[in-house]
Order: sequence, then C-alpha cells, then structure tokens
Amino acid sequence: MYLSVLDSRQSLFCSSVSFEQIGILHKRFKQLSHNEDTLRRDDLNTIPDLSCNPIRTQIIEAFFDKRNFHQNGEGTVQEISFEEFLVVMSHFRPPALDMTEEQREIIRREKLRFLFNMHDTDNDGTITLEEYRHVVEELLSRSGALGKETAKGIADAAMLEVASISMGHMEPDEFYEGITFEHFLKILKDIEIETRMNIRFLNMDTTNLCK
Amino acid sequence: KGHTQLRLSQMKLAVNFLTIGLVILSLPCGSYTEIPPKPPGSVTVLPPVKPAGGPQAFPDAENSNLPVFTMDYARIQVPFEVTLWVLLASFAKIGFHVYHKITFWVPESCLLISIGLIVGAIMHSVHEEPPAVLSYNVFFLFMLPPIVLESGYFMPTRPFFENVGTVLWFAVVGTLWNSIGIGMSLYAVCQIEAFEVQDINLQENMLFAAIISAVDPVAVLSVFEDVSVNEQLYIVVFGECLFNDAVTVVLYNMFIFVADMPVVEPVDVFLGVARFFVVGLGGMGFGVIFGFVASFTTRFTSNVREIEPLFIFMYSYLAYLVAELFSISSIMAIVTCALTMKYYVEENVSQRSCTTIRHVVKMLGTISETLIFFFLGVVTITTEHEWNWGYIMFTLLLALVWRGLGVLVLTQIINPFRTIPFNFKDQFILGYGGLRGAISFALVFTLPDSIGRKKLFLTTTICMIMFTVFIQGISIRPLIEFINVRRTNRNLETINVEIHSRLIEHTIAGVEDLCGQWSHYYWKDKFLKFNNRILRKILIRDNRAESSIVALYKKLELQNAMEILDTVSGDINAGSSIVSLQYVYPLSPSSSCSLSLSLYFALSLILLLSLSLACSPSLSLSLVLSLTLSCSLFCSLFCSLSLSLSLSLSVFVH
Repeated sequence: MYLSVLDSRQSLFCSSVSFEQIGILHKRFKQLSHNEDTLRRDDLNTIPDLSCNPIRTQIIEAFFDKRNFHQNGEGTVQEISFEEFLVVMSHFRPPALDMTEEQREIIRREKLRFLFNMHDTDNDGTITLEEYRHVVEELLSRSGALGKETAKGIADAAMLEVASISMGHMEPDEFYEGITFEHFLKILKDIEIETRMNIRFLNMDTTNLCK
Repeated sequence: KGHTQLRLSQMKLAVNFLTIGLVILSLPCGSYTEIPPKPPGSVTVLPPVKPAGGPQAFPDAENSNLPVFTMDYARIQVPFEVTLWVLLASFAKIGFHVYHKITFWVPESCLLISIGLIVGAIMHSVHEEPPAVLSYNVFFLFMLPPIVLESGYFMPTRPFFENVGTVLWFAVVGTLWNSIGIGMSLYAVCQIEAFEVQDINLQENMLFAAIISAVDPVAVLSVFEDVSVNEQLYIVVFGECLFNDAVTVVLYNMFIFVADMPVVEPVDVFLGVARFFVVGLGGMGFGVIFGFVASFTTRFTSNVREIEPLFIFMYSYLAYLVAELFSISSIMAIVTCALTMKYYVEENVSQRSCTTIRHVVKMLGTISETLIFFFLGVVTITTEHEWNWGYIMFTLLLALVWRGLGVLVLTQIINPFRTIPFNFKDQFILGYGGLRGAISFALVFTLPDSIGRKKLFLTTTICMIMFTVFIQGISIRPLIEFINVRRTNRNLETINVEIHSRLIEHTIAGVEDLCGQWSHYYWKDKFLKFNNRILRKILIRDNRAESSIVALYKKLELQNAMEILDTVSGDINAGSSIVSLQYVYPLSPSSSCSLSLSLYFALSLILLLSLSLACSPSLSLSLVLSLTLSCSLFCSLFCSLSLSLSLSLSVFVH
C-alpha cells in the first residue's frame, strides 16, 4: 500500500531521498504508531530521547500543524498519516548540488516558513512579543536557573532588533505589532538556512536501535 | 578624516625620533667592533678604550683615570640584535598598512618576503651571515608554536566539528597522495638524462616529495584570513594545513631513516603505518590531556589573577615540547590543547585575563609569522644555490598537477558523505589554495649532509615557496571574485540569529531523535549532555551553565553601553560630522599616502643599514654607510616635518 504513497511523494523529495530511505522512514512510522496507520501526539511524547529537548512541545506540535501539510489548511489535527508525516519531513531535505538560485530560494522560504509556524502558535500571521518570549523561555529552560526576567529581557532586545532592521527609524508613538513573515525572512537572510537545517537520511535501518 | 591624518603624522614623528635613537645607539657599535683582536707581539697603538669582555685591569703601561663613559657591546649583542630584527620586521608591517590598497591586493606574506629579499641582498653584499632563524631548533621550538597556537585558539569550533571527517580525509589521504605521486613522478623525471640528476635515488625523491607536498599553515592562513569564502571551504582549508603535520612527520622520519638503507622491506612500510597512528592519535591525546589539566588548574586561580594567562601559554607550550620529545605530531598536540582548553578556561578566568590571553596569543602569532616570512626572504639570498631548470620546473608542474588531481579524486569520494557537497568552484579554490611555506624550508634546511643534492633541494623548495606564495597568493583573491565562489557573511552577531541558530539545532536534534536518523547533531547532543553532567562539574569553578544566547546578549549589551559612552564623551553628533569633515582635508589622499609610504620604506632602510653597520668589520665601509644613513635620516625627517606642517596649516586655514 505504501508504494502508491511513495510514488506521489517521491517528487516532493526530488532526488535527495531514495526509495530505501522512505522505506526506513515508514518502518519507523510503524514503530512509533505501534503498527497503526496514524500517529498521535502521545506516541511522540513517549520517545525518551526527545524528553530532554527544550523545545520538545513545539517540535511535536509542528508535526500536527496543518500549515505544514502544504495544503493551505489551518489549525491542528489529532492524528497524522504517513503521507503527512513525509510532508513534514520534507521540510528538512538538503538542496541538491545542481539547483539554481531560484530553487534554493524556494527551499529557503519553505524552511523559514516551518520555523515561523513554530513561533506563531495562534495562526494570525505575525509573531507577537508574547509568542517570542515563550520561545526564548523554552530555549533557555534547560540551561541553568535563569529567571523569567532574563528571558523577557532577551526577547525584548530581539524584537527591538527586528523592529530596527525592518522598519528603520520609528516615531516614538509608533507601535511594532509583530514580526510578519517578510520581516522574518529579512532578519534571517544571512543564516544560510538551506545548508544548516538539513537531515541526512540514512540507508541504514536504525529502527532496531531506537526506542 | 583630518583628525586621523594629523594623528598619523604625529605618530610618524614619534617613530622618527625612535629611529634616531636606535641609530645613534648602533652607530658606535659599528666603529667599535671594527677594532680587530691584536696578534701577539705587535705594538699596541690603541686609544684608551676598554676592550671587549667586561671589566678588566688596564695594562700598566697606560696610566688612565676613571672612565666616565664606557661601552660593552658584546654583552648585549644577541638580545640587542634580536630586538632590532623584530622591530625592523614590525616597522615593515606598519609601512604596509599605511596605504590600504596594497594589503588588499597583495597579501602581507609577499610584501614581507620582498623586504626580506632586500635586506638579504644588503647582508650578502657586506658578506654577513644572517641570524640562524630558520634552523631546525630555533624554527620548530620558538617560531612555529606561537602561530599554531593562534590558529588553534581562534579556530571556529562548530564548523570544525561538523566537517571533521572531511578535514581529516584531506589532511591524511591528500598529503599521502601528493607525496607518493610527486615522489614517483620526480623519480621518473630524474631518469631523463638531459637533466643530469640521475644520482637522486628513489628514497631521496620520496623524502623531498614528502617535504614539499605538505600545505603550510603559516602561508595559507595569512592569505585566507582576509578572503571570505564560505564556511565549509574555509574550515577544510584551515583544518587540512594544521592536521597534515602528522603525515608529514611520519613520512619525513621514515624516508630519512630509509634514505641511508639500500633496500626497503615491506615490514618498514607496515611499521610506517603503525607509526602514523601513534603519531596522530598520540598528538591529539597529549593535546587533550594537557587541555584538561590546564582547565582544571584555572579552576583554582581565582586568587592569582595576574598570572592566569601564564597557565595557558605554559601548558600549550608544554604540550608542544612533550610531543616533540616523543617525536609525535607537536602541531596536532598544541592545536588540540588549544581547542580543548579554550572553552573551559574562558569560563574560569576573569574578563581581563581572557582579553589578555586573546591579545597576547594574537600578538605572538603575528610576530612569529612576520619574522618567518621576513627571514624567508633573507635566507633566499644568503644560502648557496644549485639551479637545475629541469628538476625545478618539473617539481612546480607536478606539485600543481598532483594537488589538482588529488582534490578532484578525493572530493568525488567524500562528497556523498557530506551534507553540503563541494561543487567544482569550491574544489578549484581548495586545490589552488595549497600554498607551501616555511615549514618545508626548515625541513629541507636541516636535511643531513649525506644527501648529495641538498643544495638543489633547497633551491627547488625556495622556488616552490616563492611561486605558491607570490603567484597563487596574489591571484587567489581576484580568482575567488571572478569565479564567484559561494561566500559567507561573517557578521552574524545579532540576537535573532543566535536564537534561531540554537532553535534550528534543537529542532534538528529533536526531529532526528523522532525519526531515528542520526547524524553529527546526535553525537553533538550526546556530547553536550556528557559535558554538562560530568566535565563542567570537574573543570569549571562555579558551574553556571550559561546558554550561548545569554552570553551573546550580555556581550551585545556591553558593546551598546560602550558605544553610548564613546559618543557622549566625544561630543560629536555622529551623523553630521562625517560629512563636514570630508571637506576639511585638503591634501589629496593618494599623494600623502605615497609620501608616507616612501617615508616608511626609508625608515626600514635606515634600520637595516644600522643593523649591517653593527656587524660590518671595516672602518671605511661603516663610515660610508653612516654618512648615507644620516643623509637618508635627515631627508625622511624633513619630509615628515613638512608633511605634518602642511597638514596642520591646512587644518587651521579651513
């Protein structure tokens, strides 16, 4: 049954993922979902390696976020199929050697869109100060006993930076509502995300080694 | 801009007075050392000057009073000459930076070698030997460690560990490929009768190939640090030149050992491979051990803050020396020591010590590099050469060809394992950026004299170094722009970028855990956990695990505060002043720059003349030289005075 899935989604991965690798991902999917056809949040919550990751909740939410399914949907779902799992994973494919600049730009936008969706939990298209603060707090939650004040200060400084880069000089009574996707692209354009946010899909079957 | 020009001229005046002082000091030295030791039995017609060797009883024949002014040059000779040489090289460096355009297009290494060539020519004409800076002991024990320490200390760790496989692959296998390839081909070339080099046997050829195939860290770093290529390419070039030392050491020792033996047995090859692992892993092991010991020591130095930087230097130098003791790769030892040490030490020591350490490491490294290139120029002229067109040309050609082939083949093999494969442009720069430098020269210089054609090897090495440093070094920057290699913007210090870098790393680690696909992020994550749980508790004093985001935030806040202080105290409204100052400055930049340039070259010439004066034996020559130097001194003094006068006049006029 999954061969038909593979046919339709192979094009999504272009040439960077082979049939064997999709097969291995399928095995892992089955292992996580306990041999059912759909994956739920609880299945992912129980992965032990993931428990010490500071942004665990955001990552798991990203898999259930309809905006990442490339079908112009919104909101979240309770369970996902293997197809949707692959679509989310396709955000992490590395750019191929022979890609043109436009194709690289498309991939870059896609990856940055994934990150943006991780921030923007209420789906309104902008990252407000509260949402940004929440992310910074989560990131810093594992490293020492930092108060909420430090995280707040850092998030404020970061928003100020974005404001000054995107809007230039602002009048004193102007209020910066939130980071839109275009501003997000602008502040992160130097980060070379297409070379850093990649997962190399292995040919080795690691399902026996994972828990 | 007018302010800076004024300050520049003041600086030049100060430098002039310094030079005058130095020259006056060295002038009497010239006339002093000209007094030859008297053969026994002849009549002394000496003026009543104290002889060399410190205080002695005067001969009874001379009834002299208490000397008011005495001199003893021989006592201070060695440190004095060392200081003069270092100063001369540093003046040359100041001179290059006066005119900004030169250092943009011509790397400093080339300029330093040129100045060295001039000095070498002068020393050769007065038949004086240069100080033995590039001899084995001085070079490898004193000149090389600071440079390698600097490159190890400032190596960007994250890109290094992400690309460590590629780095080691190129360093080890690449150097082996080059050595064996060049050695075999040179042996084939030697068989051609027309070149008259048939007496070089296979072992000697392989030895020579091992020496010149290693890419040199000094030359490469001085060229690549100003040119911004993309991060992966930079770290591979950087890492390769540091880590190929293990292979070079093994091959060099192996072929020296074997060059005397008529027959090579297969056992020796096998032993060579075993030795390679001992050398490489031993070097890294020693480095890590000393790094940890240094970090542990700094945990307890909170009451002796003044000598904290000392521990860094002593431990890294100790790592180097212990590695040299066991003839394992000392460069790898000191690099791994610096890499391990840096992270923990910078958390333990005070802010001031941290700044001091960075500053001194950079200073020592720069001075060493300057001196090495300078003396490369000097010894080029003063050593004896043996020229052989065929051998030299073929060596140059073969080195280029084999490096190019090596890069192509090796990249094809390793590209599938890389997340970001190297395209052809990257490969070209990787191959073209393989510069040779002073390490090869020092190794050739100390070849045993049992090798018949040592002078030929010396000449070929010098040609190789000159060719790569000058031609490849100068052309690499325009080439990089011409073929449009992917560049990295290195100014990434904003909080947003840092936050999102961490976010990306955690996301990737999380998704990898989720779908069971492991890559280096997984190992990095595991290592960080081990680090936080065990290593930090042992090695760091108060274990406040600080995120890099917070560290960067603090640093940026500090910078902001300092900037605010600067503008407030300077009392200048930053926006408008630059525009207004543009029109104050009357003298055209180019003419003043060329004037300053000639001034600095004159200064350098003065210093070197004073040096040769200090060594020259004959009276007339020293008189002539002192006359010329006084003339040039007054000329330069006049020039700088007039320049500063005209500048100040123009400022007042406007």
